[in-house]
Amino acid sequence: MTMPFYVAPEQVMKDRAEYAQKGIARGRSLVATVYDRGILMVADNPSRSLHKVSEIYDRIAFAGVGKYNEFDQLRVAGVRHADTKGFAFSREDVDARSLANLYAQFLGQVFTHEMKPLEVEILVAELGADGRPDQLYHVAYEGTITDEDRFAVLGGEADTISERFSASFEEGWSLDRALRSAVSALAGPERSLGPEDLEVAVLAGGNERRSFRRLPPSELSGLLTESTPKRPPKSGKAAGERPSDGNSQDDE
Amino acid sequence: MGLLMFEPGDDPGPSFAALLRRENPGAQKIAGWGSQSSGSLSGPDTRPAEGLPLRHGTTVAALRYAEGVVMAGDRRATEGNVIAHRAMEKVFPADRHSAVAIAGVAGPAVEMVKLFQTQLEHYEKVEGVALSLEGKANQLGQMVREHLPMAMQGLVVVPLYAGYDLRRQEGRIFTYDVTGGHFEEADHAATGSGGRDARTTIKLGWRPDLGREEAIELAVRALYEAADEDSATGGPDVVRGIFPMVATVTVDGYEEVPQQEVAERFSALVEQRGLGRGRGGGAP
Repeated sequence: MTMPFYVAPEQVMKDRAEYAQKGIARGRSLVATVYDRGILMVADNPSRSLHKVSEIYDRIAFAGVGKYNEFDQLRVAGVRHADTKGFAFSREDVDARSLANLYAQFLGQVFTHEMKPLEVEILVAELGADGRPDQLYHVAYEGTITDEDRFAVLGGEADTISERFSASFEEGWSLDRALRSAVSALAGPERSLGPEDLEVAVLAGGNERRSFRRLPPSELSGLLTESTPKRPPKSGKAAGERPSDGNSQDDE
Repeated sequence: MGLLMFEPGDDPGPSFAALLRRENPGAQKIAGWGSQSSGSLSGPDTRPAEGLPLRHGTTVAALRYAEGVVMAGDRRATEGNVIAHRAMEKVFPADRHSAVAIAGVAGPAVEMVKLFQTQLEHYEKVEGVALSLEGKANQLGQMVREHLPMAMQGLVVVPLYAGYDLRRQEGRIFTYDVTGGHFEEADHAATGSGGRDARTTIKLGWRPDLGREEAIELAVRALYEAADEDSATGGPDVVRGIFPMVATVTVDGYEEVPQQEVAERFSALVEQRGLGRGRGGGAP
């Protein structure tokens, strides 16, 4: 005679959480922080094509750690959600909060009902506009959602990295300082990370509608070398608005 | 609206139109896209839409120059013989490196542009790379083809597509017919009711490797001539300060030519044309 084993629900949840945490801890971590002109996302990721940080919408970015196929599926779902919403309503109506809630719902659902929880931790970042502050929504594998307005650290070693990073965090710092601090927090005392080991992207305000931009290695190495107080290159017009006065001189 | 997750075998891929068709078939039918059976032209709903107050957009033109392409469109929309709108925009950025201009029934045309823009951006975000210019032109062709049943009812939309091909490093222009057939033009193209006059003007003034200023000048002149001959094409509206829209697409991307600059071109042109005044006062 066979009897189904009784397992206490607490134990089931604990096992699942442990499983997910282990999966996430196998991957590398990621730091996102606000700086004076937007949001910086730095991932410890040597791959040039399998991205951890990507664009969702005009002012929204996605970042994920853990199992690539799982968070990439979530990323694509986010793009689909944002694009259909923007198409049906208006571009302004697409916001990170509702997307982060959907992710949280989905992750929570999978965590409790499926065989296996998703081994991912994700971040939905939104660049503020019209007086609204920048927003970072951190969604954990079991659907817990937290919103941060300064920085977020994702990954297995989040606690230690977070400790290192918060020590150097400054309100309204520049891109290069934020980047250097994020890189040294990710690397820790033993390792050092060069431009080839990093995937870096920003959501930066400017003239462009789409604010997401990846920083290529060439630009990264410039920003990472200290003692070069270089301003981040401002894209777009330089000589666009020349006031034309009334005289009939033609400028050709 | 939940999170849109699909089984691997059931995934719509990077196509936004396919996604929309699955998620919201009703809205698709209204817009006219996604009707799976493009061939059923004899359904109950194929009454011609003639006689309905439809807004039409008119003349658009594009030409190649040394750095890329120039695209221009007048600003008038008409409903029959009534001017329905004086400041309509017919030239749109399709994405960073291409522009689309529309002629035909304004409602579905603007809707098509919106779908096309979203489609290109959606593909780029999902796949991580942008489509090739050829691929984008093909996409637009498919949208026009899916619109064919509506076109048969009189709701004709004919876009003009131009962009900078980053691989070939040159500007390219594509024209369409109502069946979605697209054809690459060698140097210049124009469509819409005043397209013929615009085309002739460009043809006479075009030469290889025009500079930016010359190319804009030529586009402006083409629209002026079209407006001169075609009542549905709007010329420069000095009273309201509305001038045709001109945009350039180069390796640096899509850029709209400031209205101020277009206005200056027009005033130079009008001055030049005005030299022959006095002839037309009383018709002989």
